[in-house]
Amino acid sequence: MVYCLGHSIISPLGEGSQANVEAIRAGRSGLKLHTDRFLDVEPFCASLFDEPQDFVPLCVRSAEMALGQLPAGIGDKKETIFILSTTKGDNLDLLTPANKIARHFGNPNRPIVVSNACTSGVCAQITAKRLLEAGLYNYAVVVGCDIQSRFIVSGFQSFKALSPEPCLPFSPERRGLNLGEAAATIVYSNQPHEGWRLEAGAIHNDANHISAPSRTGEGSFLCLRDVLTGVTPADIDLLGVHGTATLYNDAMETIAIERAGLQRVPISALKPYYGHTMGAAGVVETIIGMLLLNKGTFIKMLSGFGGVNAAIRLKCE
Amino acid sequence: MLNGQPIAVQETGEKMLVELYRRYAGDYPKFFKMDTLCRLGFVAAELLLKGESVDAVVMANRSASIKNDTDYMATITDGNYYPSPALFVYTLPNIVTGEIAIRHHIQGETSFYILDSYEELEPIVKSQMADCTSPAAILAGWCECNGKNEFYAKLQIIWNN
Repeated sequence: MVYCLGHSIISPLGEGSQANVEAIRAGRSGLKLHTDRFLDVEPFCASLFDEPQDFVPLCVRSAEMALGQLPAGIGDKKETIFILSTTKGDNLDLLTPANKIARHFGNPNRPIVVSNACTSGVCAQITAKRLLEAGLYNYAVVVGCDIQSRFIVSGFQSFKALSPEPCLPFSPERRGLNLGEAAATIVYSNQPHEGWRLEAGAIHNDANHISAPSRTGEGSFLCLRDVLTGVTPADIDLLGVHGTATLYNDAMETIAIERAGLQRVPISALKPYYGHTMGAAGVVETIIGMLLLNKGTFIKMLSGFGGVNAAIRLKCE
Repeated sequence: MLNGQPIAVQETGEKMLVELYRRYAGDYPKFFKMDTLCRLGFVAAELLLKGESVDAVVMANRSASIKNDTDYMATITDGNYYPSPALFVYTLPNIVTGEIAIRHHIQGETSFYILDSYEELEPIVKSQMADCTSPAAILAGWCECNGKNEFYAKLQIIWNN
């Protein structure tokens, strides 16, 4: 078990976790139609920063905001590991920006980058939990970030996966996903601390298809089954779904949720506010889940290309 | 090399991967759809998983999916904009772990890390083993591809008892 010490979100909805959750409570969305952001790309609906952001300064700002809530001197310690969750990093380079972020804080350890498609943000928290529980470090700074580019938008358009309108997760009318950008940070520790704690995590592959989810929700179901070990569906207060609003993802998640006996648990699907923020999604959506609940038990699940699925269970008494 | 013994090959570069595929697998036409990173990981896993089964696949490299990213970029150049979905799907490094999971019916964990060196993967895999839901055997290693004929893989099976 590891303990959440602090967190931050920087997104088109606002600066800081609190500003973000207030924007959501007020029903504000970052999604807008963009017609001339990237050359050649057809108009698309996404949640983008008004001013294009540089990857490293955005991550640094988010980590500074989260570490700023804690006693000084955690970021630069040998007992702290930086874990970056991203799919495309800084213009396709993932390792250099991670090194720059860790170096900015004077951290002496080589950072870890988790690049496990859309599940990265949850997988990075699972990696943090394991390293802290093994006693290899006492603090982990998990930073999730992706910024949108011509590369990503053109690729998703070529898949015909983008909705021309704000996405509608779990709706029969859903027409696809929207992309988004954000940076978010959670600081975990293996030292007991009041508030939210990360109790369980699991990663499973569908072993079915590299770009389409399993029809039976295999990997997602196995993740939910694992994180439900020791608790019952009645103990879960909120389930944070992936909810990309593609036809197949949401159908798959519905099956996995039902197989795991969680069909009576309230769900939150945040893509209508943020779009799909890729490497940031798991971190952003975990933080929002904690803030929406205030206390209780929360499960966050994600699925992605490569057939990978992940889930974590968090609790606050 | 397999278990310390060199394997005789005629070809080099990507052709060598096809040669090894034909010799050690041959029954999986999807191989020819894969990008070089996936072909590399696929062939290495074929060699190692003969008669062995694993519960999880954990891989790392330094340059993510850069070779295929570059190939995809070539389909969206200025004035020649025809984005290829067939290439875009391989612009994530963890796809190779997914391809191996499909081939060998592995429904356990698949993870991909970007690290500076192979040694940095060891504490990650060890702490995964120590986790309560840890699998019994992990296919773990390095799988790096910087170009059609520029790649390196080093995989091993790690058991937790």
